[in-house]
Amino acid sequence: MKRRLLFIGTGAVIATGLLAAPAMAQDGSSVDALQATLDNIWILIAAVLVIFMQAGFALVEAGLTRAKSVANIMMKNLMDFSAGVLAFAFTGFAIAFGAGNDFFGTEGWFLNANHFSEGYFGTLSLPTFFIFQVAFAATAATIVSGAMAERTKFKSYFVYSFALTALIYPIVVHWLWGGGWLAKLGTPMIDFAGSTIVHSVGGWAALAGAIVLGPRIGKYDKDGKPRAIPGHSIPFAIVGVFILFIGWFGFNPGSELAADSAVPAIALTTLLAGAAGGVAATITVWLKTGVPDVAMAGNGVLAGLVGITAGTANVSNLGAFIIGALAGVLVVYSVFFIDRRGVDDPVGAISVHGVCGAFGTLMVGLFATETGLFYGGGLSQLWSQFVGVVAVFIFVTAAAGALFYGIKATIGLRVPPEEEIEGLDVVEHGAPGYGPDTTALA
Amino acid sequence: MKLITAVIKPHKVDEVKDALRAVGVKGITITEVKGFGRQGGHTETYRGAEYTIEFTPKIKLEVVVDDGTADSVVETIQVTASTGQIGDGKIWVGPVEGLVRIRTGEQGKDAL
Repeated sequence: MKRRLLFIGTGAVIATGLLAAPAMAQDGSSVDALQATLDNIWILIAAVLVIFMQAGFALVEAGLTRAKSVANIMMKNLMDFSAGVLAFAFTGFAIAFGAGNDFFGTEGWFLNANHFSEGYFGTLSLPTFFIFQVAFAATAATIVSGAMAERTKFKSYFVYSFALTALIYPIVVHWLWGGGWLAKLGTPMIDFAGSTIVHSVGGWAALAGAIVLGPRIGKYDKDGKPRAIPGHSIPFAIVGVFILFIGWFGFNPGSELAADSAVPAIALTTLLAGAAGGVAATITVWLKTGVPDVAMAGNGVLAGLVGITAGTANVSNLGAFIIGALAGVLVVYSVFFIDRRGVDDPVGAISVHGVCGAFGTLMVGLFATETGLFYGGGLSQLWSQFVGVVAVFIFVTAAAGALFYGIKATIGLRVPPEEEIEGLDVVEHGAPGYGPDTTALA
Repeated sequence: MKLITAVIKPHKVDEVKDALRAVGVKGITITEVKGFGRQGGHTETYRGAEYTIEFTPKIKLEVVVDDGTADSVVETIQVTASTGQIGDGKIWVGPVEGLVRIRTGEQGKDAL
């Protein structure tokens, strides 16, 4: 009896709601209006989850670097987001999504609502879509701060960060998500949430930055052998990884750009890949070095998540598990490889985001259930993935490289050695990140 | 036996440690300290207000050595820890009346 009353009561409420909906509907269909509202609310929530990843990045990078420069790394992360939002609003969004040619947009500057009018983004309003996309742009930018940690002039980093979000990243976005040439290939490239478009862009810019900067003082001994420079807080690093993992539930499922039945499956592939990456990296580093290195395990989780980001909506659960696990193995070898080549990457950003981003993108060519090689789709999807990965690699390393060399030649990129040794916090920002209260002593 | 205490710049610790090992020193204790000498302080700003940083992070190193090796150990530390800039630190030497190795109970020079 109680159950039946509950049913009738719920039905009455829904019926009343549906009757009221036409008052809000723009096209006369109440269900469509409800769906549009759901889409916008879900994507806004997803956007906030992705913005929360900024906190994750800040903690991971702080945890894996030294305390004497912690205020500087926090500031770089804060500004990647703050300046990035502005840069993307001013010019980046227009280049990424505005009408233009196959390579970049030329209209819609400063979030012009006349250009980005109703319906431009399907059911999503301009605010919703912009907030979601700017969160991704800020993600790409903040990847680089870790690789360039402990030795970069703050003002120079600020200039780079603005330029990446205003120009370099948006161009790559336009190539695929903005309807550009990668979307127009015979078999369109698939990068659902941005293994290449977001993570590799950050990873390759990080590679360029780390190379132009040079290694930290003391990183390599006189024989060129890498020395460990341990970070100052494993708790920060791992809590940061968890926050990134949670944020990824906005990053991947949100990229469906709709509140529909595909969303939970995308969340599941994301979860499986991250978990597989963490376990695989732990086993790999354990076998290679004799210890289950905690920082590497954290990198492994992130590698799995980055790896699945391209195919999260197109691969099976088994595919997600395999891709995540392989990414976890790959990231360990990649970190060792890059370290030994004389490129100092304090947090493993190049390996996690660049290498595993490219890897995950290529794996879609094999594991995509509709067009992948393993499902009888032949080589065309794999080829499109390869074209996209290589094109983005070339463009970003060239553009970021030119940018960093330009900065180096004008305002300088690297801090003086005495400052690097003392720590960046006091010289760049006026106060140590830890203990300004004890240092002031008055 | 002598207790040699040195306050040096933190980034010099590894170099000094390696140099001391090379002259036969088998044990070192370090403490993280803050200090200033004639280096003085400098003014910084925090949230728009000024303050002075006088005490700078340093590392205090302590080693107990045989009377005969004390001079060479002092010289090793001074040469290795010097950067030529203010704030390099100081070394002082004092007597040690007794020394014991905890694990074995050995005393005096046997405990070095």
